[in-house]
Amino acid sequence: MSLLHIRALSSTVYDAAEEQNKPILNGVDLDIEPGEIHMLMGTNGSGKSTLAHVLMGHPHHRVTEGTIQFQGRDLLSMSTDQRARAGMYLAFQYPTAVPGLPVATFLKKATEARRNEEISVRDFQKELRGHMRELEIPKAFLGRSLHEGFSGGEKKRMEVLQMNLLKPELAILDETDSGLDIDALKLLFSNIRENKTDRRSLLIITHYDRILDHITPDHVHIMQAGKIVRSGGVELSRFIHSEGFEAAVR
Amino acid sequence: MNNSQREHLSKINSDYEELYGFKTSSEYMESATRGLSEEVVREISRLKEEPQWMLDFRLQALDTFNRMPDPQWIDPSVFADINYDDLYYYARATEKQFNDWDDVPEHIKETFEKLGVPEAEKKFLAGASAQFESEVVYHHMQEELEKQGVIFMDIDSGLTQHEELFRRYFASLVPPDDNKFAALNSAAWSGGSFIYIPPGVKVDIPLQAYFRINAESMGQFERTLIIADKGASVHYIEGCTAPVYSRESFHTGVIELFAMEGASLRYTTIQNWSNNVLNLVTQRAVAHKDAKVEWMDGNLGARTTMKYPAVSLLGEGARGRVLSIGYASDIQRQDAGAKIIHAAPHTSSSITAKSISHKGGRSSYRGLVKVLPGATDVTANVQCDALLLDDHSRSDTYPTIDVQEQRRVNLAHEATVGKVSDEALFYLMSRGISEEEALFMIVNGFIEEFAKELPMEYAVELNRLIQLEMEGAVG
Repeated sequence: MSLLHIRALSSTVYDAAEEQNKPILNGVDLDIEPGEIHMLMGTNGSGKSTLAHVLMGHPHHRVTEGTIQFQGRDLLSMSTDQRARAGMYLAFQYPTAVPGLPVATFLKKATEARRNEEISVRDFQKELRGHMRELEIPKAFLGRSLHEGFSGGEKKRMEVLQMNLLKPELAILDETDSGLDIDALKLLFSNIRENKTDRRSLLIITHYDRILDHITPDHVHIMQAGKIVRSGGVELSRFIHSEGFEAAVR
Repeated sequence: MNNSQREHLSKINSDYEELYGFKTSSEYMESATRGLSEEVVREISRLKEEPQWMLDFRLQALDTFNRMPDPQWIDPSVFADINYDDLYYYARATEKQFNDWDDVPEHIKETFEKLGVPEAEKKFLAGASAQFESEVVYHHMQEELEKQGVIFMDIDSGLTQHEELFRRYFASLVPPDDNKFAALNSAAWSGGSFIYIPPGVKVDIPLQAYFRINAESMGQFERTLIIADKGASVHYIEGCTAPVYSRESFHTGVIELFAMEGASLRYTTIQNWSNNVLNLVTQRAVAHKDAKVEWMDGNLGARTTMKYPAVSLLGEGARGRVLSIGYASDIQRQDAGAKIIHAAPHTSSSITAKSISHKGGRSSYRGLVKVLPGATDVTANVQCDALLLDDHSRSDTYPTIDVQEQRRVNLAHEATVGKVSDEALFYLMSRGISEEEALFMIVNGFIEEFAKELPMEYAVELNRLIQLEMEGAVG
């Protein structure tokens, strides 16, 4: 059984400027097996981030057609929090700030929700410290408001930190590599690789193949105009790098 | 926000009846009379065995009250339902005041126990006072403070025991003709606190007064006077609740604070009156050289609140701060704000007003920042943030800035009005957090700046008030 099984998925988003629903996804098919690493590439506006948001159940996107099964369950009938508790995770490209919500409080609540049990402050602190050390996140972060005033790199670290705490079966990384300098990129993607078990699949959305230095995908997909138009192995991303998207989908 | 989110929030204060809205026997009301007249005022003064000058003060205030119109700067619907003849202006439930909870009559003690007052006192207060209707029924302060010369007593005792000190300050900041409700209070006042902190004495843990209305149509006219002498510091907290009745009750207080040179004075209110209480309070403070006055004003309850804590910065280096939150739901109207007068150079002030409006509730910020000629090198910051939880609630700001000095005056005013963002909800839910808890976390984050200024136990209580029922839904 696939971990994620998407068939003929189409969606619209409300466009406030034009006061109408705009189609974005247009018949996406995708299968992800347990433990696999998938890379999703494509130009801006091709629908990559929309797919990530639709999978997580963003309220502004409406699925008009198609089916999604996650671990054999009908994903579209599940609320966003249910999806998360079932083991889906989205590392946001632009995480939202929540003023006044301390990072520590948030992380504990999220971890407890995912594990469906209360965790003692002491046990949680111990676990959290370990994860923070790996990602070189200073302790002072815990008292700050969630994502408020965080730099681009700090936000990305916070997203990976949460992934390590929540231990998802499927992690969708929406341009986690963008805006990072070389050292940070190396730190984060080495960490993502090291923490990936056989039970975790990754769907990595990216523009660049520079992350190939740190992580090797099993499958590479190219998205264009709301659907996956070509799939292949790691060689496909190398081809895109040398020849460009246009050549890859011609 | 969708319907289920609205529903979760509509549960805020939904267990008010059970937690605060209970009542106890009000047999003592049999001897009380409705309406305010010269006779009633004379009777109050006689019962309290007041000096002649105070009776004269009251009678003159009564005359002022009778002649004064309602405030004209707010729409008159606010005052439409007030029936002054229907109210009780004075009622006492016990013959005397006690300083041991074991001596307080059982049914009254039970009331305060349910509200957690004796427990709070034991845990984290240096002194506590409990007012039931018009009189303080319980009062106690740590001996240590008494030895240091700290005076903390009900205000009626303040008048009899420290008449000279009392008379020097009483009504000097809020004269009876300041506004109609100050006049009403001045005529009928009873209860409240009298506090004097001697020079250099720092009271590190808070003093608290709890105000409880029990009977229907009751008017509570609290009067509080706090003097922090040179270099002294004190934190005073007031809490307020009442049973739910169909007829209006009144809470009309006059609070005067005096921070002498280098003193530090903080006044915290957690007001959670029932939705039939009109809460019209005049709060005013002066800060002398290098003194600091802070009003922390939490307005969660009452049908109508009108309250604009003021600080006059009279001495060089004085600082003033007003931090308020208001929660207006349904028929509630929170008309709150602040007033800061910079009357000396090198003074600074900050006003932060946060409001949450919900289910048709209405909250307003009404504020004045005034810089008088000669007050150079002044900094003043005003920040108003409104959170609207649906489309039929309302939030308004009425800021007034009056600057009469141009030399190095630094003023900033910022106002935001927003809704709970779908993106923030989505983000939290994408981490497995349920919708209702996510919403609570966002609202709670919005008021964090206020909550973090409260003593821990109060922060927890405030948190609980906002969270009510939501937590149950989450499990």
